[in-house]
Amino acid sequence: MRASAAGKTLPKCPTGIKGLDDVTFGGLPAGRPSLLCGAAGCGKTLFAMTFLVNGATLYGEPGVFMSFEERSHDLIENVASLGYDVEMLVADGRIAIDHVRVESAEIEESGDYDLEALFVRLGYAIDRIGAKRVVLDTIEALFSGFTDQAVLRAELRRLFGWLKDKGVTAIITGERGEGQLTRYGIEEYVSDCVILLDNRVLDQVTTRRLRVVKYRGSAHGTNEYPFLIDDQGISVMPITSAGLEHQTSSDVVPTGVASLDAMFGIGGFYRGSSVLISGLAGTGKSTFSASFADAVCKRGEKCLYFAFEESPDQIVRNMRSAGIDLQQHRDSGLLKFEAARPSLYGLEMHLARMNRDIEDFDPNAVVVDPISAFRGVQSEIHATLLRLADICKGRGITGIFTSLSLAADHVTESDRGVSSLMDSWISLTDVEASGERNRVLYVLKSRGMKHSNQMREYLLTDHGIHLIEPYVGAHGVLTGSARLAQEAAERDSAIERTQASARRHRDLSRKRATIERQIAEMHAMLQAEEEEAAMVREQEQVHEGVLTEDRVAMAAKRGAAA
Amino acid sequence: MTETQIADDPAIPGHYNLRLYVAGQTPKSLTAIANLKGICEDHLAGRYTIEVVDLLKNPQLAEGDQILAVPTLVRRLPPPIKRVIGNLSDTERVLVGLDIRPREDGV
Repeated sequence: MRASAAGKTLPKCPTGIKGLDDVTFGGLPAGRPSLLCGAAGCGKTLFAMTFLVNGATLYGEPGVFMSFEERSHDLIENVASLGYDVEMLVADGRIAIDHVRVESAEIEESGDYDLEALFVRLGYAIDRIGAKRVVLDTIEALFSGFTDQAVLRAELRRLFGWLKDKGVTAIITGERGEGQLTRYGIEEYVSDCVILLDNRVLDQVTTRRLRVVKYRGSAHGTNEYPFLIDDQGISVMPITSAGLEHQTSSDVVPTGVASLDAMFGIGGFYRGSSVLISGLAGTGKSTFSASFADAVCKRGEKCLYFAFEESPDQIVRNMRSAGIDLQQHRDSGLLKFEAARPSLYGLEMHLARMNRDIEDFDPNAVVVDPISAFRGVQSEIHATLLRLADICKGRGITGIFTSLSLAADHVTESDRGVSSLMDSWISLTDVEASGERNRVLYVLKSRGMKHSNQMREYLLTDHGIHLIEPYVGAHGVLTGSARLAQEAAERDSAIERTQASARRHRDLSRKRATIERQIAEMHAMLQAEEEEAAMVREQEQVHEGVLTEDRVAMAAKRGAAA
Repeated sequence: MTETQIADDPAIPGHYNLRLYVAGQTPKSLTAIANLKGICEDHLAGRYTIEVVDLLKNPQLAEGDQILAVPTLVRRLPPPIKRVIGNLSDTERVLVGLDIRPREDGV
């Protein structure tokens, strides 16, 4: 069926395990046995069972699980934790479980034997339900049951050949051995496809990884891929998407804080961009994130909030005090919280989990609060965030990542590491001056747009975040009471200036009045002098007249006498 | 099910109820049947029952009785259940495996 559809390429049998089918480009080789090996506790059995359950439920292929270790009902109970109802599948005849008990001590060997009965059992189970898939878990248990290893090896070789002839796709699990893939070297017989599972502990945190060691006749991803086992089954995280071919968008997504929007040339972030909000403890990183999430949901878009430090309820409560009601968005299903302690799993595991959550919820925006909570080797954190940013970008999701800085005005190691991945970077810091701390933000970078170079003080109020008009003086940005003092001082000097000018004005008019008075006085004096001069001239004229009269009179007197 | 009744009363104490599982009439199966009969006649004359089960005809019995290798001889009675695998060519080991002769060092 699939063989014809796939044309000339090797027919593949999909496992239905998220990611694994991507890594193997379609699944396991159909009609052939594959080897799944790993140390104890790697999830071999769960992996194999998932293969069968998916086969039965998704692809209509019944399967036989031959267990050499766990008893049937233990097995059913164990996988029930992944949400698999194997009991029902068994009852429906879609899965058959055969527990093969291997006990070495009770069996005496006398002369030649072979394992034909195993073939009979398996063949009977396959034929009974028409199985297309078979799991042998863990067939190497046979080695402890039989002393004649030569017979056993010959029989195993025959078994794998027989499985191929049957045309069933089989998974053979094997315990990891020293210096070889499996303890008894059965990779020698099953060599079409070998998958290695690993469960590594680093800094007390375990990470499950998967690697396709070989895959005859097919290309496959060669890296180690982290995988995840939880109540939703198994998912493998392929890192094949580490290219830089994301579709870019010119849409603008508001930041959720109006005055912050104004600091960006385009009025917000670009859709699908990655934004880093770094800052010291208590600078309101979460509040900025919540404002953004609130704005996203208010537009009717979906937001996924990964919380690594607070529980969802705590975030909702805390943000309510800042006037941001996130509960309404949770109720309407637009906002989804995924909270986990960073130490719960390794980085890869977190990444795999986040990837799955993003795929399931398909949000428009993602908040990761904070990325600095991840502990581990710097290069690994960087790789993890790179892939997370890539996942978001690849899906056109706007990502807000918060990061806790440790010292003021000091960009931490991790910030430096991720900064190159981020399109915009808002730095929150606090300025310590005149006995108080005040919060200040600035846009450190924002790719592809003009952005304000100003440092802005902001307040976390009952009604969200408020950016304040900046006071920039000779000594830098003034904040808090220094800003208030500056405001007061400027007010004072303004008053002083108006008072001074009024005074000058008054002085001037007074002066003018004085001078006018003086002019009037001088006028009066002049007039008085003029009047006096006129009087003198009059008197002189009178006097002259009198003299003339006298002279005439005298001459007359003298003439009369002569 | 091929049943070869050799002794008559299976209820008496000390009676051996034996079942031999084989897969088809292979030389190995035939040798095992012949060997078993010989051993029983020599050591358990008159107090044994042999049942030969061909798994090719009754495959469902393989799972129920936890049979892996063939031929497998199972001592069903007296309890506890004992198993011997192989064509039963080593008589000593068959006797030890069926608890007819106590296990000895160096055997």
